[in-house]
Amino acid sequence: MIELIDVKKAFNHHRPNEHWAVNGVSLTLEGNRLTVFQGPSGSGKTTLLTLIGCLARPTSGRVRLDGKDVSGFPERFLTEIRRGTFGFVFQQYHLLRGISVLENVMLPGYPAAPRYGTLRRRALELLERFELAHKAHAKVEWLSGGESQRVAIARALINDPAVVIADEPTAHLDTALAKGFLTIAEELRAQGKTLMISSHDPLVCEAPIVDRLVRLRDGRLAESA
Amino acid sequence: MFWGRQRYLIDFALSSLWRRKGRHLLLLVVYTLVVAALASVMLFTEALKGEARQLLAGTPEVVIQRMVAGRHDLVPEQYLERIGRVRGVRKKAGRLWGYYYDPTVAANYTLMVPPERHIAEGSVVVGEGIARARGASVGDVLALRSSVGEVFPFRIDAILSAESELVSADLMLVSEVDFRRFFHFPAGHYTDLVLEVANPREVRKVAEKIALALPDSRPILREEILRTYASLFDWREGLVLTALLGAVFAFGIFAWDRAAGLSAEERREIGVLKAVGWETSDVIALKLWEGALVSLCAFLLGYLLAYLHVFTFSAGALTPLLKGWAVLYPQFTLAPQVDLFQLATLFLITVVPYTAAILIPLWQAAVADPDAVMR
Repeated sequence: MIELIDVKKAFNHHRPNEHWAVNGVSLTLEGNRLTVFQGPSGSGKTTLLTLIGCLARPTSGRVRLDGKDVSGFPERFLTEIRRGTFGFVFQQYHLLRGISVLENVMLPGYPAAPRYGTLRRRALELLERFELAHKAHAKVEWLSGGESQRVAIARALINDPAVVIADEPTAHLDTALAKGFLTIAEELRAQGKTLMISSHDPLVCEAPIVDRLVRLRDGRLAESA
Repeated sequence: MFWGRQRYLIDFALSSLWRRKGRHLLLLVVYTLVVAALASVMLFTEALKGEARQLLAGTPEVVIQRMVAGRHDLVPEQYLERIGRVRGVRKKAGRLWGYYYDPTVAANYTLMVPPERHIAEGSVVVGEGIARARGASVGDVLALRSSVGEVFPFRIDAILSAESELVSADLMLVSEVDFRRFFHFPAGHYTDLVLEVANPREVRKVAEKIALALPDSRPILREEILRTYASLFDWREGLVLTALLGAVFAFGIFAWDRAAGLSAEERREIGVLKAVGWETSDVIALKLWEGALVSLCAFLLGYLLAYLHVFTFSAGALTPLLKGWAVLYPQFTLAPQVDLFQLATLFLITVVPYTAAILIPLWQAAVADPDAVMR
């Protein structure tokens, strides 16, 4: 369970160009649910996801993960939490060019240093699951948009995280591929994963698998459906 | 766990280097050249010192010179008898040698009467340097003008072997009669005296006794000469290394600039790695491994190039700076030798400045916020 208590995040704090991307959000997010954060550009969806996923610390307020206040943790501990608890699917996928699909999927596993064979087997299983086993040794720049996203999802799952965070996952996909993503999301939830997605795509926001829709505007909660 | 993690980091560092081979190749080339230049100077100096050591091993243990008003003067024959009374001296002899300036090739020759080699009157044995400079070979006649303007024709009997060329390039061996006539050298006098001491541990003591017995003499020990040669080469090496220090600094700035000037792609990559769970220390370790791998390659390649330059191509680029002290440069092949201490010194003066130069820019890049990839 993740709790946000009056969370605020400012960029360029105390400078003339100060901007409050998130401005006083309080929320409780249950585990094993699919939550979608909906809102127009600049509403603070992505920033909120970075705070939830321990990618950044709030300027003020508290973020609690399973009852533990993680908002004041030093970077090293946040990294450990991020590595063990969260898997990220970025909007631009951010796969590393020049290395293979398999290496990209294995990357988040390197710091924990499991046995090479174990990590490789886990990565291949994930690629198999997303029907990409035949592309394991291909370079990522040769992949289509849909394939790139599935590689990004496989990478997010390599450390078996409890929470998967996806930022605008259907922004670069056509309808068929967007539906494909929703199918994967449904499977993940069925396996007990918690999913948090930011999107303003109606296909995602209105999908029947969505447990909760959190609407944001100007860094504040508009309403929670 | 630690080594497991390092293995993954090394693996990824290798893959990163390969992905940006163009960028790293330039660094590798510059780095290799810096190491090669420094290593050439060090290898060459060490080899020259080794050569001198080997050569002087057969020279007399003590040389006695006579001093008059602080200047080197001729030694009367009677000094040999007086030395003979000093205990510990096994063998003693007077030497005849001097310098001659040959205006034809604008070079100084060292004329010497060899103690254990018979040279016929009117004949000479010359060093390779003289033979090269005069374009002369065995059988040719070498005409030299003495201090009173008289011309002496010398027939070249032999040319000294290249083995000893470091100190024999400008050497000319003549008979005693020719030597005395040519220089108008007074009979009953020598240039200096040489001694052999029965017990090597008594050399200093014998020198002290001689200094007491012959107050106007100056004993010079072989170990002092060896030290002088070593100092001379060290001094020359120091000069060249000081000049090359500028290149090391320039390389440091170049390395700093390259480490600080990470491309947007590399910065994004660091952000992604941190976002997916890599710690700042992992990113720094990764970049240090990249640096270490480049360093190691450059060091090995640079050292290999220097080795080939010095021992296969006779250090062509360094000859005018480091080799010999006569106007006639000696030509010889050095015996290959690698000194581990020297290798460690070279490693310190190349790899450490490089690592120091890249560390701060790397740290600055590695502490980038991981949330940057989400924005």
